[in-house]
Amino acid sequence: MGKVAIAILCALAAGCGGGGTAPQALSADDAAYQQKLQEQLLDAKPGSVIEIPAGRHALDRVLTLRANGVTIRGAGSDKSILSFKNEISGPEGMLVYANDFTIEHLAIEDSKGDGLKVNDGENITIRDVRVEWTGGPKTTNGAYGIYPVKSKNVLIEDSASIGASDAGIYVGQSQNVIVRRNRAEKNVAGIEIENTIDADVYENTATGNTGGILVFNMPNLPQPGQSTRVFNNKSFDNNLANFAAKGAAVASVPAGSGVVVNSNPKVEIFDNDIAGNHTANLIISSYFSTNYYNTQGVDPKYDPYPRGIFVYGNRFKGGGDSPDGLELKTLKVAMFGINGHFPDVLWDGYVDTKSLVNGLPPPAERICVQNGDAEVLNADGPNKYKNPKIDKTSFQCELPKLAAVELPHS
Amino acid sequence: MGSSKVARAWRLIVCAGALALAACSRSAQPVHFFAAGRPAHLSDWQVVYADGSNLALNAGVIPYDLNTPLFSDYAHKLRTIWMPRGTSAKFDPDGSFDFPVGTIISKTFYYPIAKGTARDSKAVARTYDQSTDFSDKAQGERGLKLAKVHLVETRILVRREGGWEALPYVWNAAQTEAVLARTGDAKPLELVADDGTKEAFTYVVPNENQCAGCHVVDLKTKQIAPIGTKARHLNREYPYAAGTENQLLHWTKLGYLSGMADPATAAKNADWRDVAQPLDDRARAYLDINCGHCHNAKGPANTTALDLTIFAAADRFLGMCKPPVAAGRGTGDHFFDIVPGNPQESILPYRMRSSEPGVMMPEQGRTTTHVEGVVLIERWISALRGNCDTTS
Repeated sequence: MGKVAIAILCALAAGCGGGGTAPQALSADDAAYQQKLQEQLLDAKPGSVIEIPAGRHALDRVLTLRANGVTIRGAGSDKSILSFKNEISGPEGMLVYANDFTIEHLAIEDSKGDGLKVNDGENITIRDVRVEWTGGPKTTNGAYGIYPVKSKNVLIEDSASIGASDAGIYVGQSQNVIVRRNRAEKNVAGIEIENTIDADVYENTATGNTGGILVFNMPNLPQPGQSTRVFNNKSFDNNLANFAAKGAAVASVPAGSGVVVNSNPKVEIFDNDIAGNHTANLIISSYFSTNYYNTQGVDPKYDPYPRGIFVYGNRFKGGGDSPDGLELKTLKVAMFGINGHFPDVLWDGYVDTKSLVNGLPPPAERICVQNGDAEVLNADGPNKYKNPKIDKTSFQCELPKLAAVELPHS
Repeated sequence: MGSSKVARAWRLIVCAGALALAACSRSAQPVHFFAAGRPAHLSDWQVVYADGSNLALNAGVIPYDLNTPLFSDYAHKLRTIWMPRGTSAKFDPDGSFDFPVGTIISKTFYYPIAKGTARDSKAVARTYDQSTDFSDKAQGERGLKLAKVHLVETRILVRREGGWEALPYVWNAAQTEAVLARTGDAKPLELVADDGTKEAFTYVVPNENQCAGCHVVDLKTKQIAPIGTKARHLNREYPYAAGTENQLLHWTKLGYLSGMADPATAAKNADWRDVAQPLDDRARAYLDINCGHCHNAKGPANTTALDLTIFAAADRFLGMCKPPVAAGRGTGDHFFDIVPGNPQESILPYRMRSSEPGVMMPEQGRTTTHVEGVVLIERWISALRGNCDTTS
């Protein structure tokens, strides 16, 4: 049925499209393609390759895959486009509960919720996938662009996420992960590694986000994360005003954050180009700085301290000159003047006082900065920023380097 | 498939012949368990079928209700169960019963036709009143009165050798047959409330994968399982043709259930609408059936550390002062899942109030807001004591 015929039917039928929120119906071609693609996903078996032809395909409900061993392949992330602008049932663009899954060379646009979510999968490859909200950054955009969670052996490469209202590339509660050569722009968080064990994040470009690259641990989850290496990335000019809904974990990230480590232990940050991030090029902080901590709602066993953080060989440039939020602004002006700037590394100053020996954490739990003339500001968060200071000696230490992540399938 | 086609053809002939006499008689074909494959028509199963004036239940097909049901855009539901002769389900105190191969569960989603509207209209009644739905005083057992209801879809859950499978069937406009819709469907409808208020909405029939979205309650096994057929949901009276009786007892007497000692000692969820029951019990029963299939320790939403089953202790895992993990914009600018005493500051009712994908919870199964459900949860949160002081 052609568009004209549909238009006539609409004109005749009272109330057709009358409701302000009534979703726009798919064209007959798109509806037929959606049905075909849903059937392909339902019928997929180990070894199946589902080709997404070049073109813009409008869909109105989530694509779900549950079969192991499937490849979904488009003709290119600028050619095969799955558009969820008129999604009525989702909320994701694509939702995958499967192992040995590969998705490559396609784009997912304008899903109401997450773009691509992979839950509880093993051996996952996401390659040259672009997830984008085409109307630019908005709070009403979906939360996460590329979102593997509770997964093991995950490779995300040569992909892009643009406009996510939470994190663009968000690896949650996973194990053994490589995130490389991706582009994250105009998200609240560009790339976020959360409650994940063993992740290598390298050769990515994060720019124009609120925060570029984040390594976080959230409370109440069965798996606390550790051991993330962030290296050879470019994280610059991440100064976008934070547009996350309040209460979301990344809503606490100040605009102008290049790389942020929050409550996550054993993080190694080296050889990155981090520049022009107005709050600070590198922030090391505790969950206590997020305003979400409360005794009832947070597991008493949760460890909110960033322990064992090793920063070396990064190329810092600019940044720290216009921090976000009144407290940080006031602090900056008080310490460095109107035209001054924070040093490259901003630490909120929360430390596990019970662990201190002669005023310092045990060697393996220190924050070590061996980064040329880069300085660290201890903001004295626990005392409401009363006695902030640049501390040149406490961070003069080294930590054993973490092993590279190896994936069985990459 | 061959024999089923013959059966259908035979029944169609009977129907055609009988049409002038008003209605088809009860099917003479027994329930057909298909051990494999996807029959194209609901009537192939011979579980429930339109006989001209009723959505009829075949012999041995037993209707049942739940203490508190899942909200599905105000649809009424006719649930039935059938098991092969000589087989029975094994009772389980907490989980779904262990059903024998061959078990067929059906769930028909329908609406009473809105007052003053034509039978083929999009207008359907938004009401909790089921009294006019049935073709006999005995609810369900004699089926639904087709003149009074608008059938939307019938879902089949069938227990095969390899496990459960879910098949969605969508009713045709003539309401004579439901056709397999593996990829789901979307039906524009309009809810008409008792006071005449109208609300246009899209009724979404799930595709097979979306069926699994709720019915895979254990992510590791990835097995589909029924949700409602648990002691705590079924432990209630049902007005059978032969008299009202407890459902667990009735199933036991029929030979459909073994190992159930006494309904009085079995778990029993509250009826969320029964104001005589404690508010806490009603709210927990509501969360259990509407949220617990994903929000449990093994379910797809175990990524959130939020457990909304009836078994969850009333602490942070039930959402008390719990910061969200991956709610994104679903927070609605609120900091905690539940703030005791303060529903307006709590994420949980915010997501229930929403009907926007990406914000709303549950994520699927509805496109409208369950106003009365939200009211219940808000009242429950209002009555909770405590605070979520972030400075302590």
